[in-house]
This record gives sequence, structure tokens and C-alpha cells, in this order.
Amino acid sequence: MSEAENPRPEAPCPEDGIERLRVTPESRPKLPRHVMLRHDKTRDRWLILAPERVLAPEPTAVELLRLADGKRSLREIAEELAAIYAAPAEVIEADALEMFQDLADRGFLTLAREARDG
Amino acid sequence: MADSPLPETPTPEPMAPVAVDEFQLLSKQAEGSTYGIPLAVLVELTHRCPLQCPYCSNPVELEASSKELTTAEWLRVIDELAEIGVLQIHFSGGEPTARKDLVDLVRRASEAGLYSNLITSAVMLTRDKLEALADAGLNHVQISIQGAESRVADRVGGFRNGHVKKLEVARWVKELDLPLTVNAVMHRQNLAQLPQIIDLAVSLRAARLEVANVQYYGWALKNRQALMPSRAQMEECTRVVEAARARLHGIMEIDYVIPDYYAERPKQCMGGWGRQFFNISPAGKVLPCHAAESITGLEFDSVRGNKSIRWIWDNSEAFNLYRGVDWMPEPCRSCAFKEIDFGGCRCQAFALTGSARNADPACVKSEHHARLFAVAHEAASGGDGFLYRNFSGGTPEKTGG
Repeated sequence: MSEAENPRPEAPCPEDGIERLRVTPESRPKLPRHVMLRHDKTRDRWLILAPERVLAPEPTAVELLRLADGKRSLREIAEELAAIYAAPAEVIEADALEMFQDLADRGFLTLAREARDG
Repeated sequence: MADSPLPETPTPEPMAPVAVDEFQLLSKQAEGSTYGIPLAVLVELTHRCPLQCPYCSNPVELEASSKELTTAEWLRVIDELAEIGVLQIHFSGGEPTARKDLVDLVRRASEAGLYSNLITSAVMLTRDKLEALADAGLNHVQISIQGAESRVADRVGGFRNGHVKKLEVARWVKELDLPLTVNAVMHRQNLAQLPQIIDLAVSLRAARLEVANVQYYGWALKNRQALMPSRAQMEECTRVVEAARARLHGIMEIDYVIPDYYAERPKQCMGGWGRQFFNISPAGKVLPCHAAESITGLEFDSVRGNKSIRWIWDNSEAFNLYRGVDWMPEPCRSCAFKEIDFGGCRCQAFALTGSARNADPACVKSEHHARLFAVAHEAASGGDGFLYRNFSGGTPEKTGG
């Protein structure tokens, strides 16, 4: 797990669409421009709008997605939520990994690539 | 991510891959749902199209351009859709880019907060036009292909050099950072190319591929003998799709629709009549499905009338006629699956049994089912000549030339 020290981002840096994106705790996930997390007034709940799909994330997933800004790493997102909800960060991190990988596999997630600190 | 059912609204799709119909834009409905306004609406801006595909899903009686809604009317419709809670708008046709006002319509959809999708043959697009659409807020592009290479594809579409043009536009889509879905309508005369079509879609960096076998009503019914695959071909097709899905997990999603002539149970057409989908025809009729006008004797309300779209959805006779399960005769009425498939496709029941109230003959419980199998078998060895789709009732393909 030495990728964490690597100033370059996530180990696999595949060409979009040709290889599978692998989400790791060091990944900095964000929604691509064609996937929108939006609160729907009519139905009073959060929805993800994606090509030919509307997804209904659970409240926990919404919290994760709202922090997925391409700046925070997945681990940092989990730690932040752990602090707010007084829950074990490892549990949240494991759930987050699963959820973000699932979104990535459906083409609904990107991972920020540029080095964070320069 | 789990999905919790929404009370009293159409439930958005759970996060699991599901096969969708060519025009079924959302999948299964939760039980106990009322008929909340659909999340997605298909707007058919025009029936004009440079392609002449023999399985076109437009009605056989195409709407003349003089009957099409004006720009002002479409803009009003777009605002109204957003206001009543629709979230996604699919601009389709005919060929939607044949409308000169498409950029304005996409911009209005974007301003109204609608997620917009362009369903196009791509052959009329320039790079500038596509860029203008992207700048106007277009969210997603779906391009149809008719085969894996020009020889087959251009013959099926009845449009010279169309295939090459589509590939060029697909590359522009990715250059402009728009997500791409490739739609491949499959039938006897292009099914052998399915592996190459899948590879092509991957190389175009499509995030999704729709492998949609032809559904036989309207134009496709007229061309059934030229399009129907054999059962063996169908089974091979399913094998190819399943292998590709496993291989391409995380790279490209594949939605798959089998031809229901070879099915045992009917598809849940449109998620059930009037349950989670409607479309608007070029002349402004609000329809429970894009083929609904093929059922003769039904009256459909128009956005040009004095009724709101919400009223039409809730109260119009056509939407309520086959809604839910109370309208069903046997064998549907006592069937355990009636709230799963909702009796299948009304248009297919009408086309093949003469009554839209009957069970879809794709169902083994239909008394017409055995005949459907026989028809499929016979059609599968029919002649290959097409009847091309056009405004003059169709033109037979010239053969031997």
C-alpha cells in the first residue's frame, strides 16, 4: 500500500472507458459531469441522474457522495463521516469502497488524477 | 448501495443492472405504486429522418412536418414537464437533429433542470452542431448503429456512407467529454456481426451498449420475414452477450432485449401501460408508448388541447384503459405474474390477436402463443429484401442491382 506516498494519484490510471477503474482508499472520487446528485423537490429525496438511469441512493450514500469532490481521498471522506457520526472509520471506509467501486463500474464515477499538492 | 422504495412515487431503478426495452428508460416498478409522474419522458420531435430502417419504431402513418409542434409549443412543453416533476428528457424522432431548433430546446431543458439525452442516427450532425448542443447543456448522446461495418449497416439504414459518418460523430462525442451509448438494433441480417459490434462500441468508448432485438410491430411487422432470426441464432446471441458482459464488467454496460417471439413470458412493456412512462409525438399527442397509435380506435389527448400534461397522465381515457390490473381478462386476471409483466405489450397483443385487451401472445399462457412460435419459425426462413421506411408507406428494396 505504498501508493499513498506516491505524489501521482491512484495506481491504475487507465484511459477512460477502456479499462476498469479501481477504487482504493487513496482514490479521490468525484461524479463526472454527466452524473448529477440532485435533491428532487417533487419526491423529496436525493437522486442520482445518469444516462438513462435514475438511482435512489440511501442517506449514507448521499453523505458519501456529497463529500466526493475530487479533493478528499476516500479515506478522508470516511474519517470525516466517522467523526460526525461517531462510527468506526474502517466500517465506513469498507462501505464507501464498495459503493464507489459499484458506481465506477457503471461509469458513474471518476477519480481525480492531478497531484494534490503541486 | 441499496435502494429503498419510495412511497407513492415511481421508484427509481435500484442499483443493479437490468435489461431495458429500446425505449423503456427506467426499469421495474415497486409494488403498491400509484401513478406518480414519470421520471423520464421521450419526446419525438419529428418523424423526418434521413435513414429508412425497416424496423423503425415510428408508426407506419408518419406525421407530416407541417403537423409538428412549433418551437414555442415545445418550449412550453419542456417547462411544463420540469414543473410537474419529470427529471429526464430524451430527445428523439425520427431524427431529432432534423429540427433546426434543437439547440434551443436542449438549452431550455437544461435551464429547467432536466437531464437531457439525444437519441440520434448522427448522420446529420456536424462537429459545430454537436458542440453547440454540448454548450447548451446536453448531458448524454445515444447513437444508433445498424451493423459492424458499412456494407451491412448502410444497406439496413438505406443511407449511403451513414456508418462511417456515425463513427466520426461518436469520436466527436468523446472529444467533447459527453457520455456515449451505442444502440444496436439486432435482427437476422446483422446478428452474425454482434461480436464485432460489441468490440466497436468498446473502441468508441461507449459506456453503454444497447443490444436490442427488433420488436415486431409497425414497420418491423411489415418486415418480419426479412428480420426474424432463427432460434439457434437467438441462443448464440444470448451467449455472446453474456460472455461480453462478464469480460467487460466495469468497462461497458450491455443492456439486452431478446425478441419475445422466442420468449416464454412477455416483457414488462414500458414498465406497464401508464405506470412510469409516456412520450410525446411530433404533433403533441401524449402517448403511453411510442407505438400506442398502432392500436386503432384509441383517442389520445394532445398538448395542443386545453388539458395539462399532468391531467392527461392522471385522467385521460387512454392512459387509464390498460393501467394496473383491473382491466385484464383471463389468462392474465388470475395469473401470479400479472403485477410483474402487466400482461406484456398492448401493441403486440393488438397487432397479433386483434384485441389490445388480450394477453401478449409472447406469453405461454396465451392461446396465440403456439402460433407465434410457428410464425417466428416460418419468418426466419423468409426472403431478405426490406421494405424501407418512408413517408409514402414504404419502398421495397431494389434487389439484384
